[in-house]
Amino acid sequence: MDPVSALVTLTNFVLIPGFAYGSQLALGALGITLIYSILRFSHFAHGDVMAFGTMVVIFTTWGFQAIGITGGGVIPTALLAIPVGIAVMIVYLLVADRLVYRFFRQVKAKPLTFVMASLGVMFVTNGLTRLFIGTSERRFEDGERFIFSVRDFREWTGLAEGLALRSSQAITIVTALLVMAALFWFLTRTKSGKSMRAYSDNEDLALLSGINPERVVTMTWMIVAGLVVIAGTLYGLDKGFRPINYFQLLLPMFAAAIVGGLGSPIGAIVGGFVVAFSEMGITYAWRRFFTHLMPEDMAPDSMLQLLPVDYKFAVTFAILVIVLIFRPTGIFRGKSI
Amino acid sequence: MRKLLLASTAIAFGAGAAMADDIRFGVLLGFTGPIESVTPHMADSAEMAWQEINEAGGILGGQMIGSVRADSTCLDASAAQAAAERLISSDGVVGIMGADCSGVTMAVLQNVAMSAGVPMISPSATSPAFTTTDSGGMFFRTAPSDARQGAVLAEIITERGISNVAVTYTNNDYGAGFANAFVENFEAAGGSVTTSIPHEDARGDYSAEVGTLASAGGDALVILGYTDGGGAMLRTAWELGAFDAFFIGDGMYGDELVESVGEALEGTVGTLPGAEGEMADAFAALGEANNVLTASSFTGESYDAAALLALAAQAAGEATPEGIAANILNVANAPGEEILPGELGRAIEILANGGEVNYIGATDVELIGPGEAAGTYREYVVEDGQFVTVRFR
Repeated sequence: MDPVSALVTLTNFVLIPGFAYGSQLALGALGITLIYSILRFSHFAHGDVMAFGTMVVIFTTWGFQAIGITGGGVIPTALLAIPVGIAVMIVYLLVADRLVYRFFRQVKAKPLTFVMASLGVMFVTNGLTRLFIGTSERRFEDGERFIFSVRDFREWTGLAEGLALRSSQAITIVTALLVMAALFWFLTRTKSGKSMRAYSDNEDLALLSGINPERVVTMTWMIVAGLVVIAGTLYGLDKGFRPINYFQLLLPMFAAAIVGGLGSPIGAIVGGFVVAFSEMGITYAWRRFFTHLMPEDMAPDSMLQLLPVDYKFAVTFAILVIVLIFRPTGIFRGKSI
Repeated sequence: MRKLLLASTAIAFGAGAAMADDIRFGVLLGFTGPIESVTPHMADSAEMAWQEINEAGGILGGQMIGSVRADSTCLDASAAQAAAERLISSDGVVGIMGADCSGVTMAVLQNVAMSAGVPMISPSATSPAFTTTDSGGMFFRTAPSDARQGAVLAEIITERGISNVAVTYTNNDYGAGFANAFVENFEAAGGSVTTSIPHEDARGDYSAEVGTLASAGGDALVILGYTDGGGAMLRTAWELGAFDAFFIGDGMYGDELVESVGEALEGTVGTLPGAEGEMADAFAALGEANNVLTASSFTGESYDAAALLALAAQAAGEATPEGIAANILNVANAPGEEILPGELGRAIEILANGGEVNYIGATDVELIGPGEAAGTYREYVVEDGQFVTVRFR
């Protein structure tokens, strides 16, 4: 029996990757949930907008590196490039809103029409990203790769099991927490945030109390631009940038938003972690963990893996179906879809 | 009437002259996709063989060979089939040098080449499945089957005193066939395989796959995949401390791997089809003279595949798909005059005079069974980011 080794194994293979992945999903789901509650449609272009924003960050990173601005070998240069990415994405999303969504808002189109329009934006964005940066993988992480590596950890502790914490994972978790805190402060403490919430709760009452709907919409897109660029950059730093992977993130991000309750920011965050840990937990082979935990003669023979790793997406789908059947409003009582 | 005849003859001749090449072969390789970094050199090598023949006066009494490139994508079977159909029906190729990855090659063979009756010589499809597939005499390959490579890799690992490994393979015909062959041979040699799981290419995150492998345990990890997914698996496994020693198959070889994986690759041992000796030197010299990077993987196999198509057409006396298919084994194997790289002009001359050739080429071509290479392998180890040859097997 060796509970310490069991815990180290679990942290190394499930907890740290799960927290990083969950934070990335949560940031994505927050954007989806904001658009859903204020603009009242499911934003299908979210994954590809994330890819586009990350692409801008990558180009800026390369530019910064070329003229000698770097993170000093400590933090990734990409973090310094994020503001540029956000600025470009604000313009991009506002242009998309003026060209596409505003018309449907004026004619008071049904939500489904909006969804289809966002599907169109998705295809265009998708194509633009591939046109500019191509389809292959780009790694743009620089600076120190590890906070501590497996080899360091083994040396310190003398344990046989190793534990690594990559800089990108730590940065992801810390940044995500900061962004979430800032968003909640904005929504609950500022006048603009309150007007957004009022507009989300009841559009007509908000209009009567003198809230300018176009201003609320513009603010929403600006916040979404910030969220997608940060989420996309963190995901790219952690796992490498490849446009198709961002498109595939759409399903887990929507699952996270729906599981938590569409329209509920807290729900989006909880949903992100629920989806991430379910994916990891159900496809993880628990043998090593239980081998450490149980007396030696009771060590398990099988891999103790509920589903092969290839079924990750099936897990997400299953959670989504279960939630929609038994609690369509999600964990935090968001809007039913 | 006479004028009309004259005019149409003139047009016919004009059209003939406008088409610079008389005989066309297709080059069907994955110019985009997971092996896009090696395919340009493979295509250059194949075209180098045809250019060599053209410069020596062409085949079948001075006819020039033209090359048409098409993209197999390596992964997407329907895209590869569409590309092959285009080569055959609109470009009119009489033989195909390709395809590359085993999955798309099998799809093209069964759904396009066999029904159209056009022979294919693949320089790099190494799945054991081709050995047992009845292609109706339309499929040949200059790369040896992975059944053989599996045995060689098992031998290398056993010799290094490692008896307990985990295996992961890219989830397609190539990976699955290779993994089966390896596991069979490794267990026959007394080793044990803790688990053998597939992985997909082009994913962002491989920590779950590596977690499974780590749970199964083992002294080393054997990765039978491509630089893309396989490389990411290797890096992730090293970073998570799941494994410290790695063994890799031919699909992983490439400078791209060193770039993307970095220090984790140090000490990794792998196999790559390839020959040494007079023919390899002759091929390297030829590549240098023509500015083709022959040190890349599968270049010799590509040159040989291209040369075999042209020689078979000359041996048949006609550049038709049937004629070429029927004569590939004749020109590839003994008896006959031995032909090394750079001697294709001489080979054409011998065949034109009714003689026989035994094509040796860059990779010591010897086609066995249903038309596949017997094969020698290079064992290499990565030292300071360089692939260093240990020995040939």
